[in-house]
Amino acid sequence: MTTETEDTAPRHAPDWLWYVGVPVAGVIWYVLYAQLIPFSEWVTALLPVARDSHSGEAIAFFVYDVPKVLLLLALIVFVTGVLRSWFSPEKTRAILAGKREIAGYPLAALLGVFTPFCSCSSVPLFIGFVSAGIPLGVTFSFLIAGPMVGPVGLGLLYGLVGWQIATIYLVFGFTIATVAGWIMGRMGLERYLQDWVRELNTGPVGDLPDERLSFADRLKIGLDQVREILGKVWIWVVIGISIGALIHGYVPEAMMLRIMGGEAWWSVPAAVVVGVPMYTNAAGVIPIVEALLGKGAALGTTLAFMMSVIALSLPEMIILKQVLTYRLIAVFIAVVAAGILATGFLFNIIL
Amino acid sequence: MKTVKVFGPGCKRCAAAETMIHEAADNLGLEVEIEKVTDARSIAMAGVMSTPGIAVDGKLVHAGGLPDAGKLESWLSA
Repeated sequence: MTTETEDTAPRHAPDWLWYVGVPVAGVIWYVLYAQLIPFSEWVTALLPVARDSHSGEAIAFFVYDVPKVLLLLALIVFVTGVLRSWFSPEKTRAILAGKREIAGYPLAALLGVFTPFCSCSSVPLFIGFVSAGIPLGVTFSFLIAGPMVGPVGLGLLYGLVGWQIATIYLVFGFTIATVAGWIMGRMGLERYLQDWVRELNTGPVGDLPDERLSFADRLKIGLDQVREILGKVWIWVVIGISIGALIHGYVPEAMMLRIMGGEAWWSVPAAVVVGVPMYTNAAGVIPIVEALLGKGAALGTTLAFMMSVIALSLPEMIILKQVLTYRLIAVFIAVVAAGILATGFLFNIIL
Repeated sequence: MKTVKVFGPGCKRCAAAETMIHEAADNLGLEVEIEKVTDARSIAMAGVMSTPGIAVDGKLVHAGGLPDAGKLESWLSA
């Protein structure tokens, strides 16, 4: 993580090393990525199991997906880290504070995707937005879009499941963030903030000098992000892929169709109920989604499951409890869950 | 004697920022007093939205992510 001593070494590398090193790393990445299938078949053949048995299928899925997801994740986090170095919560707030409300919702959702913030600072961020006069609903659009249509989830969906489903997810995730924020804005929920937040009158925004970063600095930020995020999520990736591998190898298709097929109407709400308490991140859940879809689970049900895992998480609610009353948290969950249910039912009906 | 405030709810990065401040102060031979501000309300009142934030002698110099070691030394010696 960031406290390791080796972290400080690359900071002192000269700029040209970055401009040479990053393309070289890109070529190595590409070569490794092209070897994934031969590698997984080779490993599976080494083990004393038949390739077409249940265990053979599960093992092949696992040894193919683990390096693939880690490689994709490194690439996505790096590119995102570099792009996000042009954004900051302070700039986002300045943009949103000056906007008319109706344009604010989609803009907030868009900025939610690009603004770097970690869940540990979501409380100061929330207060900073609200105290700058940004409407509560617009703030919610921002907070929903961040995790819901994050680049990690989209990129992995693209790499593991395909561009069609990634695009559907993007459009509907973005729409839910925008519309849910708008609905909550219309409900006039300001009175359900915790008392101290409403009374809070923050001083002027801390005026920070604009940092001038060279492109090499931005590349460094990208690499720091890769170190930090991969160090944090690799365990979720391995757990998620293990579950995906078990589904891929052992769950019979007939059973999957009965539980998560389009015929079972109750499967959509059930997927949401199961998804909310599950605490993982996009990197952990998408291998499961890949296996579910491969076994014939209905798209709507699977989308609903994925969205509720990613966008509605209990730990985040506990953090937000500092600024929101239970009543407001309940409204937040209800509105977002309604959007997810609508998406799930819609796709189960039209497909 | 410099007073440095570190704003953050106590995540890993905040602890790392504190270590960096100690290191920078040692390099410069300065004495610093570090105060950790972990309460969400106080963090917001200081105008910090992304943590960790750093203020030197009451002036906010940094917000969000770990600071650059070189810049940290220049803030402390200013």
